[in-house]
This record gives sequence, structure tokens and C-alpha cells, in this order.
Amino acid sequence: MSVLVFVEINNKLSKSVQEAITYGKNLGAVTVVTYGDVNDSLLLEMGNYGAENVLVCRSLKERNEQLLSKLIVKAVEKTNAEYVILSQDQTGKAVGPRVAANLGAGHISGAIAVPESSEEFTVKTNVFSGKAIAYVSVHSEKKVISVLPNSIPPKEDKVETSIVEFNENLGEGKIKVTKLKPLGDGIPLPEAELVVSAGRGLKGPENWGIVEDLAKSLGATTACSRPVADIGWRPHHEHVGQTGVAIRPNLYVAAGISGAIQHLAGVNGSKVIVVVNTDPEAPFFKAADYGVIGDAFEVLPRLTASINNFKSSQ
Amino acid sequence: MKILVCISKVPDTTSKINFTDNDTKFDENGVQYIVNPYDEWYALVRALELIESNGGTVTTITIGSSKDDPTIRKALAIGANDAVRIDAEPTDSFFVSKQIAEYAKNENYDIIMTGKETIDYNGAQVGAMISELVDMPFVSLATKLDVEGTKATLERDVQAGVEVVEVELPIVLSAAKGMAEQRIPNMRGIMAARSKPLKVVPPFEQKELTTVVKFELPNPKTGCKYIDPENMDELVELLHNESKVI
Repeated sequence: MSVLVFVEINNKLSKSVQEAITYGKNLGAVTVVTYGDVNDSLLLEMGNYGAENVLVCRSLKERNEQLLSKLIVKAVEKTNAEYVILSQDQTGKAVGPRVAANLGAGHISGAIAVPESSEEFTVKTNVFSGKAIAYVSVHSEKKVISVLPNSIPPKEDKVETSIVEFNENLGEGKIKVTKLKPLGDGIPLPEAELVVSAGRGLKGPENWGIVEDLAKSLGATTACSRPVADIGWRPHHEHVGQTGVAIRPNLYVAAGISGAIQHLAGVNGSKVIVVVNTDPEAPFFKAADYGVIGDAFEVLPRLTASINNFKSSQ
Repeated sequence: MKILVCISKVPDTTSKINFTDNDTKFDENGVQYIVNPYDEWYALVRALELIESNGGTVTTITIGSSKDDPTIRKALAIGANDAVRIDAEPTDSFFVSKQIAEYAKNENYDIIMTGKETIDYNGAQVGAMISELVDMPFVSLATKLDVEGTKATLERDVQAGVEVVEVELPIVLSAAKGMAEQRIPNMRGIMAARSKPLKVVPPFEQKELTTVVKFELPNPKTGCKYIDPENMDELVELLHNESKVI
């Protein structure tokens, strides 16, 4: 079974790259397709996860989704792949459906597990914003699957890898990027393994220092509830929940968030949830693994200190 | 300017999710339907703002049965000029995209807008699929949209941050938070919506590519372990040794 995995590489093999290749490896022999100025050592590193061939289109330098879709379709033609695997990140959301529509292939977005049955190809995916799980079967010969970040543990499975120059003529893209306002160096929320989040219980944006301190001690990414983003205390990209970002980190620490159903929908894929709230009746405690009934202003600095102690003793 | 906004009905965000028929069907019992928030708050409202300042029309399109008409009327009450309903049960994203693309291809829309995803199936597929089928550029996850003449300037979220992009119309885009503010329809809008045109169109034939064979609810948490707020060392110990996340 031939599997094509599309990845984007920036300076290192991100976790989502490792996840996508691991997913593909579960289905068959993996060929990776990528683009840009990537040095060969990074391309070869993908062999650690089971990529046998790496097609690289160095002539495509910019992240243009229309051209990336064409590149993937050309790579499918070359490899005669039955499966196309990509990450359900911002690029994947724009590229996966285009490739599927072009190939007339069924598309499953946001897969959270590798297929279980061999009888009919069926993949598990999150629906209703994490409130439920659906098993979706695909009837088309070719299948496009995007993998939800933090769902598939990357697995090392070293193979011999060869690099194939794949400088196809893709034409001109119609969308011109005029500026990029960078988010900073932090780990983006959907990929973060540790997340510290806070809500209205923090009383004002000036109090976020204790949240950031805790995040720093853990090496976590910060997040917030919807009301806090709506009133402008925190940037919109930090809003997790049903209408914000859905996340599935290993650890989610929520302080001063009551746990409305819409918030839970975006975070209940988290492996472990810690809730800090003054109100013992806060609904969030029902979804928590560990609860601390107490004032965030006292509990968070104390937790930060304990984490720092723990880290220095390691 | 002609704008097409894709509208889908979804269970209200506070809905309890249950399934029937051996967990193969969504249980509609007691469920309130709303216009998908991304379609309404961001795509539709921004489309209306654009025609208010530049002139033009906003048409909504929905794939569904007459059960969808109340949500379509809501979109008309907010201010869309007219609506199209493709008379079919939506089966999968490709089916929906194909219907919209087939309808749109002879209508010369300048902008086709979807929400970034629906809050029920969270596929985030339809906008990109339409763009491929009608061969138009697609700007995903747009948080800002301005149009001057035939040029659109957009901001959108990408992994590395926020991109500012320029593109000549026509385009397809998916709208995310930030593009506009929610509008509550007023009484005049609600009255006017009753007489606005809602055209029902037969579907284009397209076989199903994917099927949901079974639903499942996530395992409930087994219970919360409470930690003394004075004793955060204990919490750290549990996170390290019991749940092994740090």
C-alpha cells in the first residue's frame, strides 16, 4: 500500500511532522512530499519515523496553498498513493480538502487514531467540538486523512531514506503574502503538550503575570476562556473552547474558569485536567482529574514555586 | 458586488449530545438549532458590512430540507437579500461542496464565504473543496477582509502568526473569529425576512464518499481528586508520579 505524507518543515521536524509520518507508516510504505529550502539532514531525519522516500520541491519557496495542493496531486500521480496523510493544522485545513476534491477522494479531517478494522476503512475523529467521537468510513479508492495534532504518539522506526528532487512546474499562485506578523517563538496551542489557561476569575488583564509565571515554570503555552478574549484582556488566538481553538494537551491547568459546556468542548480531549477555582460548585470540577478549591491569586504562585522546586531537584 | 454566504444549521452550543438507533444517528430530541456561529457571526455579518459600504447583494446558500428554513430565515432577518436552499440531506463535505460549486459556477460571485468550520462535524473542509471545484483562490481562516475595487486584502491565521495577503477577486474564503461582530436581528429585519425570496433548487447527483458508521461519547472522568490549596507540592507529585504528565 502506497502512502503519501505531506509535511512542512521549519528548522526542525516538529511533532506534527513526526505524527503524520507515524500515522502513514501504520498504513503502508511512506513517501513524504515537502517543499522549500530544507537541508538534506532534516529530510533524512524523517527516515527515523519510517519515511522511505522524500520528494522535495525546492523550487517552491512560499507557503501557497493552491500550489501546495497541486504539488500533492502531482506527487499522488507519481507515487500512485492510495492514502494522502497530512496534519490538521492551518495549512492542512486549506490543502487537504482541495487535494481530496481534486482527486474525488473521501476526506477525513482531524483523525484521532489509526484505522482499526481492515474490513472497511474506518477512522475515528472528533465531532461536536470534542463532545463526541465519530467512526467514519471512506468508500473512495483514494483517501485523504488529516491527523489532529497531539493524537498519535510519534514512533521511531528507522528505515533507509532516499531524497528525490521533485521540482515540478506549479505555475503562479494568485494569493500574494505582503506581510507576516509573527506570533513569537512559543509552541502553538494546538501542538502544545502543556497548557495553562485562565478566565474571568483573574479579574483583569494586569493579573496575568501569575499565569505566565506558571506557564514559564512548566514550559507551557498560555490560553484563556472566551469572555476574556471577547473583552480584550487576552488575544483571540489564545481562546480555547467550542468557538475558539480545540486542544488536546497532556496537561491543561484552568484557573478562574467555571467550565461552561462550550469551554469544556474545546479542552476535554486533554489527558489530565487541573482546575483551580474558589467556587466548589464550579461545573469544571466534574471534568477535572485534580481540583484545587482556592483563590488563583494564592494557588498559582504556590504551584509555580512547587514546580520550580521540583524542576531544580530533577 | 455579489457575495454568496454558505449557511449551515447546527445544534445550539449548549446542547447535550446524544445518539439513537444504536449510536448511528444524532438524537435531535430537544435540540435547538442555530445558524453555525462561524457562518453567522463572521461570514454573514462581514458580507453585509461590505455591501453596505460598497453596494451589492448577499445571497445565502444552504443544503438541507424544509427543516432548515427557520435558520435560513434567521440569516435573512440579519440582512441577507435572498436565499437558496439545495433540497437534499447533506451527506458528506464533498457532497455539500459539490452542490454549492455547481450552483455558484454560473452566478459569477465575487466572494464565496463559509465559516471556518461547523461546530457539529468540525470538518473545516467545505470552503477549500468549493475553491478547488470552481477553480478560485482560497483564503482559509480569515480574520479580516477589506475590498477595494477588485482587490481583496485579508488577514489570516497561519502556524507562524498572522499573514496579510492580497488577492484579486473572485475568491473563496473561510471566516474565523475577528472578522466581524455578532448582529442581533431587529423586529423590522425579522418581518422583512418572511417575504424575502428563498429559492429551492433540486440537488446535483453525487454519491457519498464518506459515512459516519457509529458515534461514541468520550469516557467520562472517573472523579476529581481534590488537593489542599496549601499543598501544591502534593499536586506536583501527583502530576509527576501518578499521571506522568510532567
